[in-house]
Amino acid sequence: MDSLRFCNPKTIKEDNAIELLIDIVLLSFLVCIAFAIVRMKDLFAVIMLAGMYGLLSASFFVTMDAVDVAFTEASVGAGISTLLMLTTISMTGRYENTTRHRPMLALVVVFVTGSLLIYGTLDMPYFGSAQAPIQLHVAPHYINNSMSEIGIPNIVTSALASYRGFDTFGEVVVIFTAGVAVWALLMVNVQRRKNTEIDDANNSTHEQHFIVRFVAKMLIPFILLFALYVQFHGDYGPGGGFQAGVIFAAAIILYSMVFGLNTARRVISQPIVQLLTAAGVLLYGSVGIVSLLSGGNFLDYNVLSADPIAGQHLGILLIELGVGCTVASVMILIYFNFSGRKNDRELEEHKETT
Amino acid sequence: MIAHLPILQVIVPLIAAPLCLILRRAHLVWLFALFASGIAFLTSILLLQQVMDTGTIVYELGGWEAPWGIEYRIDKLNAFLLLIITMISTVVLMAAKKGIEKEISSEKHTLFYVLYLLSLTGMLGIVATGDAFNVFVFLEISSLSAYALIALGNDRRALWAAYQYLIMGTIGATFILIGIGMMYQMTGTLNMEDLSRRLPEISQTRTVFAAFAFVIVGICLKLALFPLHLWLPNAYSYAPSIVTAFFAATATKVAIYLLIRFTFSVFGLTFSFTTLPLQTLFIVLGLLGIFVASTTAIYQQNVKRLFAYSSIAQIGYMIVGFSISSVTGLTATLLHVFNHALMKSALFLALGAVMYRVGSVDLKHFHGLGRQMPLTMAAIVVGGLSLIGVPLTVGFVSKWYLLLALIEQGWWPVAVLVLLGSLLAIIYVWRIVEAAYFKPPLANTGDIKEAPLQYLIPIWILILANIYFGIDTRLTVSVAQAASQSLFGVGL
Repeated sequence: MDSLRFCNPKTIKEDNAIELLIDIVLLSFLVCIAFAIVRMKDLFAVIMLAGMYGLLSASFFVTMDAVDVAFTEASVGAGISTLLMLTTISMTGRYENTTRHRPMLALVVVFVTGSLLIYGTLDMPYFGSAQAPIQLHVAPHYINNSMSEIGIPNIVTSALASYRGFDTFGEVVVIFTAGVAVWALLMVNVQRRKNTEIDDANNSTHEQHFIVRFVAKMLIPFILLFALYVQFHGDYGPGGGFQAGVIFAAAIILYSMVFGLNTARRVISQPIVQLLTAAGVLLYGSVGIVSLLSGGNFLDYNVLSADPIAGQHLGILLIELGVGCTVASVMILIYFNFSGRKNDRELEEHKETT
Repeated sequence: MIAHLPILQVIVPLIAAPLCLILRRAHLVWLFALFASGIAFLTSILLLQQVMDTGTIVYELGGWEAPWGIEYRIDKLNAFLLLIITMISTVVLMAAKKGIEKEISSEKHTLFYVLYLLSLTGMLGIVATGDAFNVFVFLEISSLSAYALIALGNDRRALWAAYQYLIMGTIGATFILIGIGMMYQMTGTLNMEDLSRRLPEISQTRTVFAAFAFVIVGICLKLALFPLHLWLPNAYSYAPSIVTAFFAATATKVAIYLLIRFTFSVFGLTFSFTTLPLQTLFIVLGLLGIFVASTTAIYQQNVKRLFAYSSIAQIGYMIVGFSISSVTGLTATLLHVFNHALMKSALFLALGAVMYRVGSVDLKHFHGLGRQMPLTMAAIVVGGLSLIGVPLTVGFVSKWYLLLALIEQGWWPVAVLVLLGSLLAIIYVWRIVEAAYFKPPLANTGDIKEAPLQYLIPIWILILANIYFGIDTRLTVSVAQAASQSLFGVGL
């Protein structure tokens, strides 16, 4: 489609008109939702709106032809973060406290920042302009040489996993750090976890939602399968370890939401999840170390195999696995810690009443 | 392996962090973390030697040449910073085992070391890289781990302090990211050296101006420049002592480094100091920071908080040196980055020792400590003298160079103000000395013993370094001078 656009001036015009319309609709939706989020006091509605915001941004990215980014936004912004925020309000309560102070200073700061952002756009190259500096310097190298140097069709993956593979390593470590941070702060005492009473209570409520349980059981295998597809298909289409990890975690989280945390813990024990968070980072890191030891620079996949292209394939496959492993297990770990906290609180309340 | 030193500098602590999770046993993890940090320290010494001998080292990550891939670029400036960070991290870690014993509950010890190493990794990554976006990625690693480490403090207010820091830090990081995004849009590259070559052509555009403003404000939030310092006092006073000792000596220094790197190397000296009235602005904010923070420090009852305010004041000195924009001025700033790291880590570690024995660092609990904990208190006195800038301590060296730089420019009024600022330091240091040596001990404190050796050794290593580098300034001055000359000379 991209190539067509540059050939035929007529298609450009028609295409642009429709795209412009879609953009206007999407962006005005985004603005409305942003205002609604600020104004609303009902946190449940706010979370739903935030999820919609994520989904709309994802659609917006699709119209910009950034499908990989859109995919990530859809799975993270609309998917997992909504789940995590829902878990949070199940602990904090549904309604925001009314505040009396009027944060004028904050408003001024937002206003100044906004003006500076708009000021900054005044000299920007036009959107999609072929003459924009981004299209002329580094990007052409990726587009022209990715196939011969790395040999996979998805240029986004080759930039992300190989040309700028060290950034991706850093990002995996960011996620690992987030997981360890949540774990360290919300850590639940092991002794208090033997809450069979709560388990029973949970089960009784869950039995009321027979349809939810049934649908979840039907869906979970397919979600897991889809996650694996996304994991291994990153070389050829949008996808990769980040999205796959999040989707995989979403399936597990869905399971533990419907069938109770303790049932989920029986399937996937927490210590194993904890180890897997580290294992993903270590897998990524060890690919780098192996390339160091085989005479290349850190994360130079060319030296992993006799044929550089095969080396690149192997390297990308392994690091994507590392990414998926850490992302999925960190998400599950964060969820376990959040809702473990909730279980504890319920247990305390339970004890107080009896 | 020598060729791989730049990357080993960062990945040794990085890989060590997840390995700690596998080791699990807190005691083993401590030894392992100390070992990893020690290796990083040795690496930084070797790197600095190599850079001083042969000049800038470039390391291409993934084997991809610079603008297509990411490169590490170690020059005199960041080699110096790497040395400071790893040195402080290693010495502070020596005290960590005792330090967290009473301040963090035991099941969290392993996670503490993991986060500590991640924080170290983040800071080293920011400093070592030659790629603007890579800076952001490692900034996130160091920030996230910093928020968690601060929130580990026993005091419930630590959570609130960490939350404040999280909000301010995230705004700062987002601003930096917006700035980097705009630069990328205008140049098509993320590599710092490439940026510095391509930015001058388009330096008159409004987008580049906005990018510069966002980056600078973002960095200033991170370095707690007055009046963006509000997150710092709480974060430093409620965090566990070990964490405070580590961050007070390193975290803001990394932000200073970023400020220097972006203004001098990326945007270039002429752009940075002509488009915005940066020089006047920074001189004023730096001086205001010195006076407001030092005065506030005088009125603090919590000694940790007192030194936190003093840190903001010391950042003021670094900013004044920076804004002179002369070789001597920048040398003074770099010297102060090194020297302040030595003083503050020693002081905060000593406060950790007081916390360990007394259970509080309120000024009233210092009464009589001069006799009960003589070695710890002596360390605080020497550290305080260094903070004031008394001759034979490192504090004197950096203030001396700062005055030289100011006089060189003929900025007499500023020089006088800087000296007056040091007088304020005398007052707040004296308050501690007075409480510790001239007040009788509180009646109900019982028997307070001298701090354990695991605390005393690292404290005194740092204190002796304070004195040694105050007398023998060859190493620090030559490196700082060479670094600032190279920044004014050929650029990156």
